[in-house]
Amino acid sequence: MSWIWFHKLGSPKWFYQWSSKWATAVFLIGLLATLIGVGWGLGFAPTDYQQGETYRIIYLHVPAAVLAESCYFSLGVAGFVYLVWQMKMAPIFIKSMAPIGAAMAAIALLSGAIWGKPTWGTWWVWDARLTSVLVLFILYMGIIALQNTLEDVTLANQAAAIVSVLGLINLPIIKYSVNWWNTLHQPASFSLTKKPTMPMDMWLPLLIAVIGFYCLVAGLAMWRMQSEILLRERRTQWVKEKVMNDGV
Amino acid sequence: MMAFDSVADFLQMGTHGGFVWSTYGLVLLILTGLILNTLQGRRKVIRQLKKRYLRESNS
Repeated sequence: MSWIWFHKLGSPKWFYQWSSKWATAVFLIGLLATLIGVGWGLGFAPTDYQQGETYRIIYLHVPAAVLAESCYFSLGVAGFVYLVWQMKMAPIFIKSMAPIGAAMAAIALLSGAIWGKPTWGTWWVWDARLTSVLVLFILYMGIIALQNTLEDVTLANQAAAIVSVLGLINLPIIKYSVNWWNTLHQPASFSLTKKPTMPMDMWLPLLIAVIGFYCLVAGLAMWRMQSEILLRERRTQWVKEKVMNDGV
Repeated sequence: MMAFDSVADFLQMGTHGGFVWSTYGLVLLILTGLILNTLQGRRKVIRQLKKRYLRESNS
């Protein structure tokens, strides 16, 4: 088993060149899949027998919520990698991904509130699921604040990595909050072990939208990481040549 | 087949059109903001570095 990929991934120059080939394509695929999934859900998926048309908010709410959690999981892994191996790319990843995750958490919270009003009769309740997702959003904001305010780069990297790892504890709480506590929130829409409770023409567009959001986030993350790489590696010859020759 | 009989039905979204459409509007706004912020950040870094390198080569 070769560990070359691990070393390559740790090299900002290698990542920059590799992601230059993929970022735009991944982003455009994400945009296309999102438009197909969300458009299908909004206009063509069948009406829900209980909620009528209001349930169509799900086609934005669930993808954003899934990504808010996935992005945080990736931050936690990157934080661990940085704390153990001091890999250069890890804090670049954390700094680039945190604002994207924060946007996803904000979308999940806001779309949930707007969905809650007509279906539950309230914008917000302090129950386990809603509160733990609010905590997720606050964790993202905390990581962004640490990266932006600490002037010592090493200290900022370490602080952000530590918070990223510690915050992982929140993820199982979000996941199981709908099973452990009484809540207004419905259980998960997708599961690896059970068949979906929705009919296929409801869950297929949702699945496409989730995949679309994954690709959108991956494309945006690559672009943001590239900017961060240029900035942090500004003293290297290859960055100087790239910037001066407009080869970026 | 569209799930709605007419454009008016589609815009009305049953009884809660305002809730559905405001969600879609809000999400469009946030995602557009995130995309623009990403692209602008890139341009800003390149502009800054260019200035910096030119200053260094002149001094």
